[in-house]
Amino acid sequence: MLREDYEAVMGLEVHAELSTKTTIFCACPTNFGASPNTQTCPICMAMPGTLPVLNEKVVEYAVKAGLATGCDISRDSKNDRKNYFYPDLPKSYQISQYDKPLCEHGKIEIETSEGKKTIGITRIHIEEDAGKLNHDEFGGGSLVDLNRAGVPLIEIVSEPDLRSTEEVELYLKKLKSVLEYIEVSDCKMQEGSFRADVNVSVRKKGDSKLGTRTEMKNMNSFRSITRAIEYEIDRQIDVIENGGKIEQETLRWDEVSGKTFSMRDKEDAQDYRYFPDPDLVAIKLSEEYIENIKKTLPELPESRKQRYLEEYKLSEKDANIITSSKYLSDLFEGAIEVCNNPKAVNNWIISDISRILNETETEPIEIPFDSNQLGKLVILIDKGTISSSIGKKVLEELFENPRDPEEIIKEKGWIQISDEGEIKEIVLKILEENPQSIADYKAGKDRALGFLVGQAMKQTKGKANPQMLNKMFLEELKK
Amino acid sequence: MNITELTVHELQEKLKNKELKITDIVKAYTDRINEKEKDVQAFVTTLTDEATNQAKEIEEKVNSGEISGEFAGIPIGIKDNMCTKGVKTTCSSRMLENFVAPYDATVIENLNNENIIDLGKLNMDEFAMGGSTEYSYFKKTRNPWNLNKVPGGSSGGSAAAVAAGMVPWALGSDTGGSIRQPASFCGVVGLKPTYGLISRYGLVAFASSLDQIGPITKDVYDSAMLLNLIAGHDEKDTTSIDREKVDYTKCLKNDVKGLKIGVPKEFFGEGINKEVKEALEQAMETYKELGAEIEEFSLDIAEYSLATYYIIACAEASSNLGRFDGIRYGYRAKEYKNLRELYKKSRSEGFGAEVKRRIILGTYVLSSGYYDAYYKKAQQVRTLVMEQFEEAFEKYDVILTPTSPTVAFDIGSKTNNPLEMYLTDICTVSVNIAGLPGISIPCGVDSQGMPIGMQLIGNKFCEETILNAAYTFEQKIKFRENHKPTFEGGIN
Ligand SMILES: [Zn+2]
Repeated sequence: MLREDYEAVMGLEVHAELSTKTTIFCACPTNFGASPNTQTCPICMAMPGTLPVLNEKVVEYAVKAGLATGCDISRDSKNDRKNYFYPDLPKSYQISQYDKPLCEHGKIEIETSEGKKTIGITRIHIEEDAGKLNHDEFGGGSLVDLNRAGVPLIEIVSEPDLRSTEEVELYLKKLKSVLEYIEVSDCKMQEGSFRADVNVSVRKKGDSKLGTRTEMKNMNSFRSITRAIEYEIDRQIDVIENGGKIEQETLRWDEVSGKTFSMRDKEDAQDYRYFPDPDLVAIKLSEEYIENIKKTLPELPESRKQRYLEEYKLSEKDANIITSSKYLSDLFEGAIEVCNNPKAVNNWIISDISRILNETETEPIEIPFDSNQLGKLVILIDKGTISSSIGKKVLEELFENPRDPEEIIKEKGWIQISDEGEIKEIVLKILEENPQSIADYKAGKDRALGFLVGQAMKQTKGKANPQMLNKMFLEELKK
Repeated sequence: MNITELTVHELQEKLKNKELKITDIVKAYTDRINEKEKDVQAFVTTLTDEATNQAKEIEEKVNSGEISGEFAGIPIGIKDNMCTKGVKTTCSSRMLENFVAPYDATVIENLNNENIIDLGKLNMDEFAMGGSTEYSYFKKTRNPWNLNKVPGGSSGGSAAAVAAGMVPWALGSDTGGSIRQPASFCGVVGLKPTYGLISRYGLVAFASSLDQIGPITKDVYDSAMLLNLIAGHDEKDTTSIDREKVDYTKCLKNDVKGLKIGVPKEFFGEGINKEVKEALEQAMETYKELGAEIEEFSLDIAEYSLATYYIIACAEASSNLGRFDGIRYGYRAKEYKNLRELYKKSRSEGFGAEVKRRIILGTYVLSSGYYDAYYKKAQQVRTLVMEQFEEAFEKYDVILTPTSPTVAFDIGSKTNNPLEMYLTDICTVSVNIAGLPGISIPCGVDSQGMPIGMQLIGNKFCEETILNAAYTFEQKIKFRENHKPTFEGGIN
């Protein structure tokens, strides 16, 4: 059989770090990148006799995420212990949620090349992150860093509704943007605050029964997720085509070799011995509590998009790109407030800003300048202070060393020449230097005008006002 | 005057009228410890030098008026599973032989705020698992009433030290009877408060849903006073209940007229020692004389309590003790080839046999395929136990039972038979399962002169009812005036 005769089925387990100020069961800070074990206390180090106290913000954030994805919020939930031994897990159990998650039965809508599709969300639950093991370059052993232990996570489990890498990527991007919009997670994939495990199985098209699935871990970018899934689909089809059987196992994606490796198979599958954590009381939520959180939910991407379509007449495609990230969307709205020119701001974001983000593999959250600076840049062009080609240079400056665009152009001497006398001088000089072009133009070759304007721009290093140049060349040529 | 025979309220009296100084009291106790420790073996860590210095400091501060308070300078002993900043907390285990916590348990903070002086950390069954204190890694504590007998457990060091006058009072912890049973064996008063009344923060967990800290004292008045000091909501323990503070000494009215006492017949059946039964029957007569109403009833669910208790307690313990893995603190094996071996050897060498037995039991009952049959079933029975007690407390104010079916047994007589050892908890475990308060007070001695304990069980947060019932009984029979430990026997 051919690859086309198979269908892939994917489900995702996304772990998102919540951006609460303190950890889930103690009062340690959650900052990323502090030196090892400096953000710890007896509780997160699991010293004997210490007890966890649930951070209420964590519940609030998880409920927000549940409401934003259309989940039912459980009024009666609890924490469970997931028991296993590993040095990065100081209590030898992770406090998580087993059979009574905070949120269940939600959904997320994606727009694929074939139209809208709804992806089911099975559940969202809260849990604590583990620490990290670092290889000791001097002693040869492993060193334990517990700074991350106790950082709050939500795990978002999807239904096996995804059928292609395109859908997986769209789902992840949508989920990420929702979490960003409601401000519960900064979703930085590089720092591991947004990570996805993927369950993959394949079946013959038309089969209703799901195939045996494998679970893949350790992908930390959209690209590696896509690569890993494609590799795994091919591998599974190969195994089946060669008469083999897929084993249910956990696989680790290796970015360098581009292959998956078995971490553990079903044989030595861990028995986590889940049971309710007796140190913590049940999580009971009132209607009023849930209603209050509902009221604080900000405008979600879907609704922002509708607004952009109607209010600013953006194209569907552009509106999708801008609302895909809260940071882009905020940048867009903020800049419009300053310059009142939605079309120009839209163009900047869709073309140049997106291009630079792509080229430098930067996420929108890392854009160094603010909406005010972008808005001012648009104003400078609108007023004719600079040309749009100088504008592009200013944007690059904003990425390099963000400051007031006016300051940038002053400092760089990029102010547009719009003085009629000055422009006339330039025009006359260029005409004198290019008699052939004059002849061409008079012979009916319109292109000659473009050439002359281009020469003038070149000589002024882009600073001459192009509209004025055009007009004046025409006047002179008609003489 | 023999200072170490006085209760705390008597010491307070003598401090108040200047008959005694703080330094006199602490000296009497450190002398007594130095004299008796070789026989009783109650301490894992003694703090006699520290206590002597502290006594001088506190005495000066009291004299200069810098500090006041009715408990300033009163000494205490602490079971060695409560964390004390800067002093070893071993849980009588090789695993924590050198563990020094960088923080105080909440109960210890409470005592420190009153300028109470810690005389040392008291011996126990390893990680509070046992009923005789023979499962301590360090030493076997002996019963002051007969040095050949066990003091009970797991708070055996605390009960023996109070009985021997080595500390005026002590803190113990009770998961299935670990305060009440040794109190009964040693002829002292032991109170297990309602689950949630005392913060567990800093108590090294054995079974989190059952553990409670409580006082072991010479009499009921001291028990009420120590309860006053440790009871209360703690933000660090979300299972501790936020309720209004009460003064537990205010309820000691020496009057039980009209008090309805229920006596569950199941606690007096097979397995109970004849002399224990007779002493309890005598106690019931005494209550009748005092004007209480005694009625027999059936608490048949109690039969399942012991099995339920061992499933829940072991399950929680298997998880709670996972953190002792040799990575961050505690015992680590000297040699290991890989991580798995580091775990295996550290835990094999660091834990004693009884602890390992319970970890294995607990791991088993939580395993997939067994969870429903054991752990889930046990939780269901737990609900039934609670319901039956609730029903009983609709009719009775207090439930009266023996604390233990026997008096203290000989050292070494049960260590090879875990099941028989578990049976020593049979009268006490259902109280923990239901989260109720229970107090053990002496009600007599057997023909060998060994103390017999009576247990009074109250409804949730009805400590006042059982304290008053115990106090009224105590005033009537005057056990302490009539019986004293003899320190006879002694094997080395
Ligand atoms: Zn911490």
